Amino acid sequence: MKLPDRTGWSSLVETTQDPAGGSGYGDHPPRMGFFTDTSVCIGCKACEVACKEWNHVPEDGLDFTGMSYDNTGGLGADSWRHVAFIENRRPVSTVDLGLPAMGPPAGTPGIRPDLPASADEEEGQLQWLMASDVCKHCTHAACLDVCPTGSLFRTEFGTVVVQEDICNGCGYCIPACPYGVIDQRKEDGRAWKCTLCYDRLGEGMEPACAKACPTDSIQFGPLDELRERAQARVEQLHEKGVDVARLYGHDPQDGVGGDGAFFLLLEEPEVYGLPPDPVVTTRDLPDMWRRAGVAAAALVAGMAAAALGGRS
Amino acid sequence: MSDARVTREGLEGVRPGREASSDYSTRRPRKGGRRGGRGEQPTVPDADFRSYYGKPVLNKPVWSPQDIAGYLFLGGLAGGSSLLAAAAAVRGEERLARVAKVGAASAGVLSLAALVHDLGKPTRFLHMLRVVKVTSPMNMGSWLLAGYVPTTLVAAACEVTGRLRPVGAAATAGAAVMGPAVASYTAVLIADTAVPAWHDGYREMPFVFVGSGAMAAGGLGLLGSSQRAQGLPRRVAQLGSLAELSSSMLMERRMGMVAEPYKKGRSGALMRVGQVLAVAGNVTALLGRGNRAAGVAAGTTLMLSSAITRFGIFSAGIASAQDPRYTVQPQRERLTNAGRGARADAG
Repeated sequence: MKLPDRTGWSSLVETTQDPAGGSGYGDHPPRMGFFTDTSVCIGCKACEVACKEWNHVPEDGLDFTGMSYDNTGGLGADSWRHVAFIENRRPVSTVDLGLPAMGPPAGTPGIRPDLPASADEEEGQLQWLMASDVCKHCTHAACLDVCPTGSLFRTEFGTVVVQEDICNGCGYCIPACPYGVIDQRKEDGRAWKCTLCYDRLGEGMEPACAKACPTDSIQFGPLDELRERAQARVEQLHEKGVDVARLYGHDPQDGVGGDGAFFLLLEEPEVYGLPPDPVVTTRDLPDMWRRAGVAAAALVAGMAAAALGGRS
Repeated sequence: MSDARVTREGLEGVRPGREASSDYSTRRPRKGGRRGGRGEQPTVPDADFRSYYGKPVLNKPVWSPQDIAGYLFLGGLAGGSSLLAAAAAVRGEERLARVAKVGAASAGVLSLAALVHDLGKPTRFLHMLRVVKVTSPMNMGSWLLAGYVPTTLVAAACEVTGRLRPVGAAATAGAAVMGPAVASYTAVLIADTAVPAWHDGYREMPFVFVGSGAMAAGGLGLLGSSQRAQGLPRRVAQLGSLAELSSSMLMERRMGMVAEPYKKGRSGALMRVGQVLAVAGNVTALLGRGNRAAGVAAGTTLMLSSAITRFGIFSAGIASAQDPRYTVQPQRERLTNAGRGARADAG
């Protein structure tokens, strides 16, 4: 068995799709992850609640944000799942799901005939988007790379977890994350984020959020399987005419080497608060070190020039 | 609960579940058509920028400006001063060497104190040294400081007490070797993040930082040296300022819209004040050659300039992290540009 890579250099030079193996786990289970299919999310927030309950994540304020039904705001130290709500207007046509109709039957005169036909016809109908966001458990995780204590580590499942007994609250992981996931818990100074329920995974259980999701919008499983399932799903939606469906974070060629938790979205990523093309900052780190070295040498040269300059 | 009924023909009334369609489509269902490749569509980028209720994509750094911008300044001052001390020692300018050694040791200790103070769990500072990790500039910096700060303390102590001169000389040389790394690594520290105004400037930032450090060290030298020994610190400050100003100009030009926080708002104002003070300090030093009071004024101005510039760079980073435009827009452009070339290959 390979020794664990404590220097982290391999993560700079390797382009592995096996992060657990790359971190020194010889014989390890398959990489596990989430596929969050937002097209069937109903915005119930059961994932948020289940996550808080299972992981003892403290309450972080009961606020009214005015952002549709989202009073969580975003991911942070005390929100490891976040359901986004977007009231989106776009030109749409309805797909008949064959479900019982709501409201007056077609052809019935409007309830308020005095009102104009509605702005819908001009601006498009309201599309209420909901999406449960979570830590992406990146293949190339910037938070893990920059952590100076080794508190953040790669598990045998290929996920990224904080060891709270090691974290010294330096806060470096927070601006390193290209998704704005990990954050500091003010009361105790340390950094916290989704563990993909590392404790449950060890027992062969699925993470709390996936377990609680009533529509299977959050699907948990081996990443390979989820990627296949997601591809089939996006093709199915395209068949049905839902052109706007697209996968996000599924591509191993993207700037973070693909996400362990990826998504099916119905809008551009930035509409959900996700970066459209995130890149792990440490991808440029070898170049940064090189340039810092050149700058240090330039400082020495400058000092030498200044010291010699006075003699002439 | 399910409403499905089992009939001879199979299940009836099964709810769609995972297979449910999204409520809306942009066109009629297509029969048997197959789309190639991924779900993303080659869209024309939106003229108007979109975000989630204007909320930032990134979580902003929790670092306190006093501690971390202060740390950037002190690291530069210390590193530059160690090198200046060695140069002064070689030239036999004893008073300047003493000022620089004591300055480097004080700035080094203070920078370490600022770093520890900023930790969420300061008692766990030593956890920094439980691993050696080149992917973490903060880890590398901790190891560097762990070697550098005691060395500067030895150099300063030998200088002040006049004892153990060979040890002092070795420590002075050691600090001069590590000093440039201390002055430049902090640029990597902030650039190795997703913060647009920091990361996107990673090519020039180390040069801005060593320039700024040299300027501060030169300032300290002017402040503390006798009027006859002002030549060296003045030249160091000149070269440093030149490097800092020209590198930051290059950096801002190359960064495009992400450079906005360096020009606008509070951070932009700090940057401008820093630049003005750098010029003012150098002019004062040049015009007031051989004048002790002018040296003190110039030195103070130059150190202040370096400090204010670091606060400007720090707050430009915060401003760029808090506005989703700086995260989304460059990435969107990158996708559009890549799309033009790559889509043809993939298709």
